[in-house]
Amino acid sequence: MGSLKIENIRKSFGHVDVLKGIDLEVKDGEFVIFVGPSGCGKSTLLRVIAGLEDATSGDILIDGKKVNNTPPAKRGIAMVFQTYALYPHLSVRDNMGLGLKQAGKPADEIKERTGIASSMLSLDEYLERRPAELSGGQRQRVAIGRAIVREPQLFLFDEPLSNLDAALRVNTRLEIARLHRQLKATMIYVTHDQVEAMTLADKIVVLNKGKIEQVGSPMELYNAPQTIFVAGFIGSPQMNLIDAAKLGQSGAKTIGIRPEHIQVSKTSGEWKGSVIHVEHLGADTIIYLQTDFGPLTVRLFGEHNYDVDGVLYATPDAGRTYRFDNDGQVIKG
Amino acid sequence: MAKPTASPLRTGLVHLALGTYTLIALFPVFLTVINSFKDRASIFRDPLGLPTPSTFSLVGYNTVLGQGDFVLYFQNSFIVTAVSIFFVLLFGAMAAFALSEYRFKGNTMMGLYLALGIMIPIRLGTVAILQGMVAAGLVNTLTALILVYTAQGLPLAVFILTEFMRTVSDDLKNAGRIDGLSEYSIFFRLVLPLVRPAMATVAVFTMIPIWNDLWFPLILAPSDATKTVTLGSQVFIGQFVTNWNAVLAALTLAILPVLVLYLVFSRQLIRGITSGAVK
Repeated sequence: MGSLKIENIRKSFGHVDVLKGIDLEVKDGEFVIFVGPSGCGKSTLLRVIAGLEDATSGDILIDGKKVNNTPPAKRGIAMVFQTYALYPHLSVRDNMGLGLKQAGKPADEIKERTGIASSMLSLDEYLERRPAELSGGQRQRVAIGRAIVREPQLFLFDEPLSNLDAALRVNTRLEIARLHRQLKATMIYVTHDQVEAMTLADKIVVLNKGKIEQVGSPMELYNAPQTIFVAGFIGSPQMNLIDAAKLGQSGAKTIGIRPEHIQVSKTSGEWKGSVIHVEHLGADTIIYLQTDFGPLTVRLFGEHNYDVDGVLYATPDAGRTYRFDNDGQVIKG
Repeated sequence: MAKPTASPLRTGLVHLALGTYTLIALFPVFLTVINSFKDRASIFRDPLGLPTPSTFSLVGYNTVLGQGDFVLYFQNSFIVTAVSIFFVLLFGAMAAFALSEYRFKGNTMMGLYLALGIMIPIRLGTVAILQGMVAAGLVNTLTALILVYTAQGLPLAVFILTEFMRTVSDDLKNAGRIDGLSEYSIFFRLVLPLVRPAMATVAVFTMIPIWNDLWFPLILAPSDATKTVTLGSQVFIGQFVTNWNAVLAALTLAILPVLVLYLVFSRQLIRGITSGAVK
């Protein structure tokens, strides 16, 4: 129930290739997140899976069945949109029940299933309201409820939290995580926010320019990025990427080191730099240094006080640096 | 919405300009209405005077309504206008939906082709239309008028509605598709309610020229059974003698239905015009 297989999917709009051959397998019950910068094709891929766009070539299999020519409503999927996309003229109850009504389900079954979904999302008291009478967070819960009611094999989320403010975003994120545990359903989720990706996913798919850069668990991506793109994309603040030639190292084009894997000292260390700016976040202190080989970001845990323009020495943690070749691939060992 | 910087002088000038325009636009209507309530002599003696107890007369209305056929003429006008608006809105909206929603070869060209009718007056084709109607045996039927008016109204309808339908969220239509709505249900149940203001705008712009048209009724359907109000009023305009009382009364009566329809649509219309401007 609920596995997905994508085989060599390509999608072009006119002469623009948006997806350039995507292969992916999603197991039943997995929470998979597509991340990538804008325009990398992640939303298009989701739409192709949903059947809202036809792939130019390639196959999509849901539960082992080829669904290339199956209309969206018959694919056993449900989708939650960034803009909520609630039907403005229907009440919350009818919004959630419309899919079942179209499928010809009896009225008491629709009532029972909307009842279950609305209590799961604590929407009971809003059932008779119209979407215009709800807040943004409530609307998105209704949209999620509409997906749950369909009891799909596959949940598709298209940047569902982007339109919510920061506090609501955290709450809704927790809610989605809870739903995933409760429903044990397969979920595919598109976002450009790496925090969402890291916190929710069983498996993250990093997309760049219509291709998959790397697939792996959040910690695999963090600890063992295979390309320079993944290294730079996952982790905040961004990994320091330094030209190897300027460091006098051979055998690699670029050296990568995460800001949290650097120690500083006022007296001695490997790299000398001057402090450009210091950010105090309470739990962390982020220091921006200017060195001979360019800017360097350092993240220290706890509170630290350093003067701007002061001299600091930075030392990378042993074994925590990454080396990348000319093609941006990581060099093992 | 007035900005605090707008000076009273500026606002005053704007209001003056708008007021003047309103006066100019309303003056002929006003003249028609007041003179329709006067007797023949005072229409000529004092065309600008309001009806007074001594000049007040309903002779025009008596003539018009006494002729009996006028109820039929009104009915004809009403049928032609209402059915034409219905078809213009239905087909216009459907074409607009296809143009705004689906990617197909020649989409833009098709849109331009359909909009071409806005610039080319349909009357240039009168001879061909008449020949076609004669061949189809539709002369002196209301169907002929409805067909011509539907064709006349479509270009503007397609043009305006296409722009409006582009603004309807794709996510909403996709949500409908996932919920199993057919393309027709998406069109009728999701998109149409959302472009209602635009539909009202199109309805008003379509309705007025149809109601007021003299040309096509005169050419395609001049028989007594199919006369429209505008054509019917011409009975009173003779080569040598014109029954002004009757003409003015007929015109005054002809304003009423169109006014009612306008009021029905106008609330939507204002929303339609402003929503286009604000976005």
